[in-house]
Amino acid sequence: MDIDLLTNVFYAMVRTGTPLLLVALGEMVCEKSGVLNLGQEGMMLFGAVIGFMVAFSTGHLWLGVLLAMLAGILLSLLFALVAVHLNANQVACGLALTIFGVGLSSFVGASWVGKPLEGFSPIAIPLLSQIPGIGKMLFAQDALVYLSFVLFALVAWIVLRSRIGLIIQAVGENPNAASAMGLSVLRVRTLAVMFGGAMAGLAGGYLSLAYTPMWAENMTAGRGWIALALVVFASWRVFRVLLGAYLFGLASILHLVAQGIGVTLPANLMAMLPYVATIVVLVLLSRDTIRTRLYAPVSLGQPWKAGH
Amino acid sequence: MLLSLEPRAQPSRLMMLLSPVLAGLLTLISGSMLFGLLGRDPLQVLHTLLIAPLSDLYGIGELLVKTLPILLCALGLALAYRARIWNIGAEGQLLIGALAGSALAVNIIDMESRWALVMVVTTGVLGGALWAGLAAWLRTHFHANEILTTIMLNYIALNLLLYCVHGPLKDPEGYNFPESALFGEASRLPTLSDDMRVTIGVYFALFVLVAIWVLAQKSFLGFQIKVLGLDRRAAGFVGFREKRLVWIVLLISGALAGLAGVCEVTGPIGQLVPQVSPGYGYAAITVAFLGRLHPFGILLASLLMALLYLGGETAQMSLNLPMAVTGLFQGMILFFLLACDVLIVYRLRGKKRPRSIMARSTGAVLHQAPAD
Repeated sequence: MDIDLLTNVFYAMVRTGTPLLLVALGEMVCEKSGVLNLGQEGMMLFGAVIGFMVAFSTGHLWLGVLLAMLAGILLSLLFALVAVHLNANQVACGLALTIFGVGLSSFVGASWVGKPLEGFSPIAIPLLSQIPGIGKMLFAQDALVYLSFVLFALVAWIVLRSRIGLIIQAVGENPNAASAMGLSVLRVRTLAVMFGGAMAGLAGGYLSLAYTPMWAENMTAGRGWIALALVVFASWRVFRVLLGAYLFGLASILHLVAQGIGVTLPANLMAMLPYVATIVVLVLLSRDTIRTRLYAPVSLGQPWKAGH
Repeated sequence: MLLSLEPRAQPSRLMMLLSPVLAGLLTLISGSMLFGLLGRDPLQVLHTLLIAPLSDLYGIGELLVKTLPILLCALGLALAYRARIWNIGAEGQLLIGALAGSALAVNIIDMESRWALVMVVTTGVLGGALWAGLAAWLRTHFHANEILTTIMLNYIALNLLLYCVHGPLKDPEGYNFPESALFGEASRLPTLSDDMRVTIGVYFALFVLVAIWVLAQKSFLGFQIKVLGLDRRAAGFVGFREKRLVWIVLLISGALAGLAGVCEVTGPIGQLVPQVSPGYGYAAITVAFLGRLHPFGILLASLLMALLYLGGETAQMSLNLPMAVTGLFQGMILFFLLACDVLIVYRLRGKKRPRSIMARSTGAVLHQAPAD
C-alpha cells in the first residue's frame, strides 16, 4: 500500500464517518438524559430530503443545512410529545418515528429523485492539507466536515466540562433525585431529544448536500441504526464515539481499499460490511453484561412522570 | 391547558379497542388536510386510496394477494412482541425465505412431482427461521440487542438477495436482467381460480392464524410468553426459561416471515426478482401494534394495510400520487395509535378552576394529604 492510497483512504474514512459521528453525538446526548430514540433513521431522512429541496430551489446550501436541522427538530418534537410527555413506550415510539420519517420523506421527495445539485465542495487549507497521510483527511474536507469537528469539540466540552452536561447526566442517571433538586426532568429530556433531532437532520443534510449531492429514497441506508449501535460501542463516552464513527466509516469504504490493492469482490457483498461489522461489534461488547450496565445511563428507556 | 391527564384506576379495555379506530380516523383527517394543502380534492384521493380498489372481484383478489405476506409477518412479530422481543427483522427474514426457496426452485425447474412445491416452501420457511435464529443466538449467547441485530440482518439479507440475482441465481437466458429463471410449474403455488392471482397461500395464512391464536391465547407456552413480556423477573422466579422462550418466538416469527417470502416467489411473482417485497416486513410492525398483538385484530389490520398498498398503486396510476403515500399513512397511523394508547391508562379531565380562595386552599390540603 503506497502513501497516496493511504491518504485517500483516510480522507474517505472521515467523509464517510461524518454522518455517523453527527447522529451518534446527538443520540448520545439524548440517551444520557435517559431517552432512547430509535427514530434517528427517520429524522435523518427527513432532514436529507428537506435540506435538498430547500438548497435546490433557493440555491443556498447553508439555508438547506439550517432547514434540514429544523426538519430533524420538528420530527423529534413529535417523539418528545408522545414518548417523553405522554409516557408512551420509547421503543415503539422510536420505531414509529422511523417508519413515519421514511414514509414522509419518500412522499415529500418523490418528484425530486435524481435531480442534480452542486453540493458542498472540499476546501483545502494551504500547506496543512499537503501533510502526507493525514493532511487531506483533516484539512481538505468540505465545510460540513469542518463543522462536525467543531460540533464534536462542543459536545465533548458540554458533556465533560460544563454544568449542562452535569444536568443532563443527573436527569439520565436518577430523574427522581434530579427533580427533587429542582431540575425539570421533562424539559431537560425534551431539549436533549431536540438536540438529537437537530444532529440527525444535519447528518441527513450532509448526505444529500455534500456526501452525495442528490436525493434518493432511503439514501441513509441504515446509518441511523448503525449510529445507535455506535453509542453502545462507545459506552456513552464522547471520544469513543469519534473513534467508532471513523472505524465504521473505514468499514464502509473497504471496497476502495480492496480495489486499491487489486482485489475485486462483488459490490453487493462489500456493501454488507458495515452491517456485519455492526453485529460483530455488538457481540464483542455485549458479551459482558456488567460492562454495559456500568456505563449505560440508569434510567435509559424508562418513562418518567412527576410524583411517581 | 384546559385538559389534564389523570391516571385511571385500571387500564380501560374499551380504549384498548377504540384506540386503533381513533388512530385510523385521525390519520384520515390529517391525510385529508395534507391532500387539501397539496391542492388535491381530499375526498377524491381517499376514494381512490380506500374504496376504488375494492370495486370489483379482481380488486378483492389483489387485496388478498397483498394481505397474505403482511398477515404472516405480523402474526409472527406479534408473538415476539408479546414477549417483548423486538424483532424488527421480518423484512430480512422474508427476503431470505424468498431467496432460499428460489435457490432450490431454479435447480429443480424440470421436476414434475408436486413434492417440488413442498420442498421449495419448506426451504423458504427454514431460511426465514434460520435468519431469525441468528438473532436469537446473538441475543441468548452474547446479549446482543435484538433490535439492532435484526435491523442489520435486514440490510445484509437485502444485499445477499441483490448479490444472488445479479450473480449466482441470475437467469443465464434472461438478457442480463437481474432476475432468476422462471420456476417450473410444479413448484408454483396453485391459484384459487383461473382469473385471479391469489393462491392457496391464503389457506396457509388461515391455518397459521388459528394456530397462533391457540398458541398465544390458549396454551401454556403462550402464557409463559405473556408473563415474560409483562415481567422478566417474575418469569424467572417461577422458572420459565427466558432463553428457550426467546428462541421459540424468534424461530416462529422467522419461519412465518420466511413462509411469506417463499409464497411471494412461488405465487404471484413466479421467479426471484430484486423487489420481492415493497416493505411488507416493516408494514407488519405497524400492523402488529394496530391489531393489538391479537391474531384477529392483526387480521383486520393487515387487510387495512393491504388496502393501503393497493390504493397506493391505484393512486399512482390514476392520480399520479407517489406510491410513498402508503408509507406516509403507515407512519401516521402508528404514531396516532401510540398517542391514543395513552388514554388506556390515563383519562382526559377538564381542569376545574378553583372558584374561591377557600376552595383553592382546601384543594391544596386535599392534594397534599395523601402523599406518602
